[in-house]
Amino acid sequence: MTDAVIECRNVWKIFGDKSKEAHKVVNERGLSKTEILEQYGCVVGVADVSFTVGKGEIFCIMGLSGSGKSTLVRHINRLVEPTAGSIRVANQDVNSLNGTQLRQMRSQSVGMVFQNMALLPHRTVIDNVALSLELRGMAKGSRHDVALEKLRLVSLDGWGDRYPDELSGGMKQRVGLARAMAADPEILLMDEPFSALDPLIRRQLQEQFLELSKVLKKTTVFITHDLDEAIRLGTHIAIMKDGRFVQVGTAEQIVTEPIDGYVADFVKGISRLELVSAGRVMKPIAGAQASALTGPTVLATDKLSKLLQIAKEHDGVITVVDGDRPVGVISRHDLLDAVTG
Amino acid sequence: MPECRILDPFACAKLPLDSWMSVGLRWVVDNYRPFFQAVKAPIDSMLQSFMAALGAVPPMVVIIVVALIAWQIAGIRLAIGLAATLLFVGFIGVWPETMLTLAIVLTSLIFSLVIGIPLGIWASRSETLYAILRPLLDGMQTIPAFVYLVPVVMLFGIGNVPGVIVTVIFAVAPVVRLTYLGMKQVPEDVVEAMRAFGATESQLLWKAQLPLALPTIMAGVNQTLMMSLSMVVIASMIAVGGLGQMVLRGIGRLDIGIATVGGLGIVALAIVLDRLTQALATPQKKGEWLNRGPVGLIRSFTKSSQTDSAHQLASPAIDN
Ligand SMILES: Nc1ncnc2c1ncn2[C@@H]1O[C@H](COP(=O)(O)OP(=O)(O)OP(=O)(O)O)[C@@H](O)[C@H]1O
Ligand SMILES: [Mg+2]
Repeated sequence: MTDAVIECRNVWKIFGDKSKEAHKVVNERGLSKTEILEQYGCVVGVADVSFTVGKGEIFCIMGLSGSGKSTLVRHINRLVEPTAGSIRVANQDVNSLNGTQLRQMRSQSVGMVFQNMALLPHRTVIDNVALSLELRGMAKGSRHDVALEKLRLVSLDGWGDRYPDELSGGMKQRVGLARAMAADPEILLMDEPFSALDPLIRRQLQEQFLELSKVLKKTTVFITHDLDEAIRLGTHIAIMKDGRFVQVGTAEQIVTEPIDGYVADFVKGISRLELVSAGRVMKPIAGAQASALTGPTVLATDKLSKLLQIAKEHDGVITVVDGDRPVGVISRHDLLDAVTG
Repeated sequence: MPECRILDPFACAKLPLDSWMSVGLRWVVDNYRPFFQAVKAPIDSMLQSFMAALGAVPPMVVIIVVALIAWQIAGIRLAIGLAATLLFVGFIGVWPETMLTLAIVLTSLIFSLVIGIPLGIWASRSETLYAILRPLLDGMQTIPAFVYLVPVVMLFGIGNVPGVIVTVIFAVAPVVRLTYLGMKQVPEDVVEAMRAFGATESQLLWKAQLPLALPTIMAGVNQTLMMSLSMVVIASMIAVGGLGQMVLRGIGRLDIGIATVGGLGIVALAIVLDRLTQALATPQKKGEWLNRGPVGLIRSFTKSSQTDSAHQLASPAIDN
């Protein structure tokens, strides 16, 4: 892929004094996270993770608490230095940037939303939002104009002169969001940005965010605990466990073909109707039988919900077509199978 | 040579620490006295300016200024209390001595802060420095001040300026410690967020760490100030003037009267300085003070007169 904006190769992060030795041994003998902790007193944060995120994509990372999600995204703007591996952002090796280049990258091209918000308690909301612009030396008037606009975007107009301790958890998260977007960075690192929001606002912000990243082609790494959110937003989803990526794929791949029990547990109970497409359910038919096209037809990319609509009105099999060439059939039985998973 | 016994080895074997100290200090005095004399110059000039200023301003002006400051930072009640305290000082006849002591204490404070705050910041960034500094600070606070009166006199002589130096040695520890503590208490996530948005080290310091550490640092300033005041009497033993001198003379001549007024003067000064710095140490939100105290009063006056004139302009014909 040539338009990869973020590219991580075999990234390892081991916390502790003996991290280098631990890393060597892990590579040679493949010890587990617990063994490393017992034998070396080191905590494995990230273990051999590789991925690429293309321009405009939203890459979702999911995983249990402590699986290394926050540690992994911190590598992208080098808040954490890797024990091994390389991280490239916009075709630059992040770990070879000098101080000035690094600061420039952080204040202009990478915005970050923190899991714990991390607002500056001694500054008003508007000064929090304008932080990256201020650090970069923009004049007060113009940076406040930008900040006001971003506050409007997250429906917090009128709150600019308050202090963070006067805000609710969800409002703080939205301030964090506005702060990350103030500099209009090409890359957004979002660590559970919507977790403290009520379902209504969450939904609204998700949609706004999708819209925004489509229009402005923002590249995003998005951490969430909420599979629905990951499915709604993610171009790709990675499931993380003990520092490793267990599975990476589209939402449909992860839901229909979980690689192991851990992933299966994650996706259990998720509604498949908007996810699984006809192409995955159909029985392929060999050879062209164009003459047999009598019943209803669908495209391979149509989702189960549409198939159900059709099945309500027609009793027979549904034909899947590519152009006007039939490529497969779906019986009522196949359909019910697919819905129940 | 007395005979040596295993159960009482101290009679025959003695570490000559005392003579080492004497010889060592002698050597420092012989070789580096000009350097130590040069150190005195900036202290002397600052002390002179404070003394000149406090001596030239009429007492009532000093009292009014202190009251206005107190009103601004803490409220009208403190202003009245402090003004009354200072009036009392004047009426018991120790105003000039109090101003001299104030000049010495303020000079000591400024030098303590100039040394102590950067040292505290630096220590918060280097654990090695802090490990070295800690026993030193403990020592400076716990070794009886009388002990280092001797070397200070040998290196710097006697008078007000050496008095400031002794006071700084004794009083600098709290501000170093509390600056260190304040810096360490700045939440890690705030520091990380500053870095994540591209802050330089100095932006991090000035825009996040110092403002957040300020209340703690101010508590250190307050303690340093109080310790400076507690040195006033001891410092008077090396010919520092002011209230301490009065107390010392009172002790020497068994004159309870002069000792009492001198002592009360010190207490009064301590109360004033303590309350002012404590008020400064309570965290405040930016811009809030503009609407309070004398400044707030003036602002509200100018505002209402503006709106008044605006009303008059807007409705010129109503009266007739
Ligand atoms: N600074 C650190 N020093 C030592 N260990 C750390 C450090 N930061 C994280 N870890 C360890 O790395 C592992 C991954 O932590 P991380 O914060 O990345 O988890 P997470 O997936 O973000 O969890 P959560 O969903 O709770 O936010 C944990 O075991 C944690 O103890
Ligand atoms: Mg996390």
